[in-house]
Amino acid sequence: MAKIIDDETMENVCILAKLSLSGQEREKAKADMQKMLDYVEKLDELDTSGVVPLSHIFGNANVFREDVVTNGDESVAMLKNAPKAKDGQYQVPKTIG
Amino acid sequence: MKQYETVIGLEVHVELATRTKIFCGCSTAFGGAPNTHTCPVCTGMPGSLPVLNKKVVEFALKAGLATNCSINQYCKFDRKNYFYPDNPQNYQISQLYLPICHDGWVEIQTSAGKKKIRIHEMHMEEDAGKLIHDEWEDCSLVDYNRSGVPLIEIVSEPDMRSAEEVIAYLEKLRCTMQYLGVSDCKLQEGSMRADVNLSIRQVGSDTFGTRTEMKNLNSFKAIARAIEGERERQIELLEMGRPVVQETRRWDDNKESSHAMRSKEDAKDYRYFPDPDLPPIHISDQWIQDTKAQLPEFREEKQQRYQKEYGLPAYDAEILTESRHLADLFEETATLSGNPKKTANWFMGEVLRLVKEKGMEPEKVHFGAKHLADLLDMVEKKQVSAQNAKRVFEKVFDQDIDPVVYIEEKGLKIVEDTGLLKSTVTRILDENPEPLAQLLEGKDKVMGYFVGLIMKELKGKANPAGVREALADEISKRK
Amino acid sequence: MDLEKMTALALAEKIKQHQISVVDGVKTVFDQIEKKEDRVHAYLDLYKKEAYTRAKQVEKGIADGTYTGPLAGVPIAVKDNICVQGKPATCASKILEGFEPQYQAEVIDRLEKAGMIIIGKTNMDEFAMGSTTETSAYGITRNPWNLEHVPGGSSGGSCAAVAAGEAYMALGSDTGGSIRQPSSFCGVTGLKPTYGTVSRYGLIAYASSLDQIGPVGKDVADCAALLQVIAGHDPKDSTSQKREDLNFMEALNGKITGMKFGVPKEYLAEGIDPEVKAAFMEVLKTLTELGAIVEFFSVKTMEYMIPAYYIIASAEASSNLERFDGVKYGYRAKEYEGLHDMYKRSRTEGFGEEVKRRIMLGSFVLSSGYYDAYYLKALRTKALIMQEFNQAFEKYDVLLAPAAPYTAPKIGESLKDPLAMYLGDIYTVAVNLCGLPGISVPCGKDHTGLPIGVQMIGDCFMEKKILRAAHAYEQARGDFGTPEEGGARA
Repeated sequence: MAKIIDDETMENVCILAKLSLSGQEREKAKADMQKMLDYVEKLDELDTSGVVPLSHIFGNANVFREDVVTNGDESVAMLKNAPKAKDGQYQVPKTIG
Repeated sequence: MKQYETVIGLEVHVELATRTKIFCGCSTAFGGAPNTHTCPVCTGMPGSLPVLNKKVVEFALKAGLATNCSINQYCKFDRKNYFYPDNPQNYQISQLYLPICHDGWVEIQTSAGKKKIRIHEMHMEEDAGKLIHDEWEDCSLVDYNRSGVPLIEIVSEPDMRSAEEVIAYLEKLRCTMQYLGVSDCKLQEGSMRADVNLSIRQVGSDTFGTRTEMKNLNSFKAIARAIEGERERQIELLEMGRPVVQETRRWDDNKESSHAMRSKEDAKDYRYFPDPDLPPIHISDQWIQDTKAQLPEFREEKQQRYQKEYGLPAYDAEILTESRHLADLFEETATLSGNPKKTANWFMGEVLRLVKEKGMEPEKVHFGAKHLADLLDMVEKKQVSAQNAKRVFEKVFDQDIDPVVYIEEKGLKIVEDTGLLKSTVTRILDENPEPLAQLLEGKDKVMGYFVGLIMKELKGKANPAGVREALADEISKRK
Repeated sequence: MDLEKMTALALAEKIKQHQISVVDGVKTVFDQIEKKEDRVHAYLDLYKKEAYTRAKQVEKGIADGTYTGPLAGVPIAVKDNICVQGKPATCASKILEGFEPQYQAEVIDRLEKAGMIIIGKTNMDEFAMGSTTETSAYGITRNPWNLEHVPGGSSGGSCAAVAAGEAYMALGSDTGGSIRQPSSFCGVTGLKPTYGTVSRYGLIAYASSLDQIGPVGKDVADCAALLQVIAGHDPKDSTSQKREDLNFMEALNGKITGMKFGVPKEYLAEGIDPEVKAAFMEVLKTLTELGAIVEFFSVKTMEYMIPAYYIIASAEASSNLERFDGVKYGYRAKEYEGLHDMYKRSRTEGFGEEVKRRIMLGSFVLSSGYYDAYYLKALRTKALIMQEFNQAFEKYDVLLAPAAPYTAPKIGESLKDPLAMYLGDIYTVAVNLCGLPGISVPCGKDHTGLPIGVQMIGDCFMEKKILRAAHAYEQARGDFGTPEEGGARA
């Protein structure tokens, strides 16, 4: 039996994902997620004991760069897209210390 | 009243002294106008990708080997997901599942003796940007200059029982990192930061109590105060029959109290998973061997050697090795001067006095060992008075001048010209008939008066013993 | 021959021989756009003025020997999740409204070095999440073969543009079939390269371990040529592979006698449209006639591919899309109270329904208590799928599969049932999970005239084998035609 997606789970997922769904939209999302989880439950049939989870398909490792400064002052370009900026900084609603 | 024991574990963040950030070629230089050390990677622009700075792995490996850790020869980066404006991607690239180092220990020394503190693990990660609160508007501003600066986080086991042990542990880590050259570990500037995990339990209990995590500790004093404050707060709760809540608390050192940082929006569920943008790291046996071979002589070993090789007292050896930079300078000077003891005295006296007076970082002391060795040689040969040598040394310390040239130019060299000495003695005696008469009557105290006068006349360029000799010579002629 | 019907290589050849100018090529494309774009809506942005300016530069560059490659002077369209410096990159999402990257994708640098001309940005499913190009926040794209139908997705704009003659070729991106499936629906050729062959720097990520940029063209040779332009190691992308032999055009020598093709028999068992199946069986016949050996074999992990894919892709997407928060770029809600409300409103208003669905699913499968059961389980399943494919490649040079179980659905049908739409990716997702190269080549039409594609899958780094096979098949198949000739009923 797959996980049952209840309102509490939806609330928690919304906090994690920083989304706020309400009313019909939330109910639909809940139903969609339930349907998807019921479907992917199929994986439980598959015996994966002893199988190492594969995160990177290629075996290559140690991709490095040297510790050399290559970037100059790009602040103007970086800030160009900021919805709100002030004094060369990105402006956000007040954060609580 | 019940007896309580404090159980403390530490999470220490150490900023690595690389030139560039962990995943991009931006400078890590401190200061700089906001966002001038940023690029698409460290501001989380869409489509940008991280590329790992090799030096970060090298430094982390050194730090792990120096603290007796085992190395995960296959390690990976994971993403730690949480939303906050100082974290431009809203995930921090860190290591959870396979950190580079694990299961190490360091030995600390407190008034109670020696003790091993175990290190649970050590991992590499990126630092966050800086958030400041705007003075004029009700908003905050973000500067990503520090975003992506490499850190290692050192997680201890809950092996500490007092603030004294905590501080000894932190000093031990700081000294080790400085000796390795991987970090300058300045608490005030934030290049070393400690979060304190603390719980209490009744003495004799073998289970742990519920712990809290304390953040925002910017000095050893603040750490000591926060430990005391949190211990008392938890005891109070337990005595009142109320539970300690597992939470993160922020220490306010001005108010000497802490408050919980919890909020409904902080889910504390970081959803770690392997970062698909970064291939794993494989650390070969050879790499480990080579790194081990490069590890420097650490403080304890140096202390032992100074006592054995140079015959220094334990106290001096301890003081001289506090900073690796000064210890290196001391050793170089000692070798050049051929007189470790005199060199040690000079360091203990003059060098450390100046460092303290000027409020300097020992690492910033910058004079040539040769210059101090030459000066010590002149003192030894009585070519310069001790008083003058100290003054000359201040010049060496500040500007790294050549003391031999300087002493010559300023005419501070002790006169070996017996003609000048003799004529001065004769002249001074003649100009002071009354004290001379007393001297001739056998009042030896007056001898010192004349030595002083002559020295003053010669502006310290003569050595007192020589003056005394010439004076006695002349007196005997006049008797 | 009409200029607009020419392949990119043929156009470049004519330019090289001074039979036509670079400007002529650009003009041809914009004439077609003028004629058809109203109906097709393949593009989100057009760089008409810049394209003509650039055409003149390229003209000179070809004359003075700066540009000598086989695609010099060819106009190309780019999917709107690839960053071009100073130009909007929207990912067809409202959340990237107004965003103009001040940096550029590695592939764009490579196109420019090859003397190609970027004519605009193509429509797509929002953040490449979708199979129909209907999740775009900026309107749907229509299939040039039948305007009532979708072009497929997520690279629907790129494939529709090439099919309609609104571009000679295009760049798409493929995370679970997003090049191969719309290529199949639009009757064009599209290739998903081996993971790490084309730099992802400047590609706005959907699922980092699966995403690859690839070529969409009128035929196999065009795809080989474009792949040759964009492939190559890039130090800015840590997952970029150092490959030696990137001369893909060399592979088009036509001979496939004795080449071994494997067909997963489970792929044809159920859920496949009979017309698609029939067209597929015809391909097997053609290949056999060409001297190839075609065998059926069994893939036991088939039914686990889509669950594993959607868990992994959604998990990565949930993390990759966290950066869209209204702080550094893109859309910020107009009204909010405090930081977290700003995040929530900006993201809720900025992302479309399908994207939100995947972000939520991804956040859930990574969350505390479910990580092992869902995410790790999916990674273990991926390992088993890869094992099966590795075994298959011990026996076969190329695997064959349909590109999609059906032809292009009608507009408005697919989004009603997201799960059903996901199931349509059955033939394409394993290729991404295993990092394999795959190409989709037109192989037939259904009774309404909608194209059908066949997929040829190679082992990692074996693009040359699939290109050779696809090219040989294409030669045997003959001209596939265009929407105008081939029954477009628009």
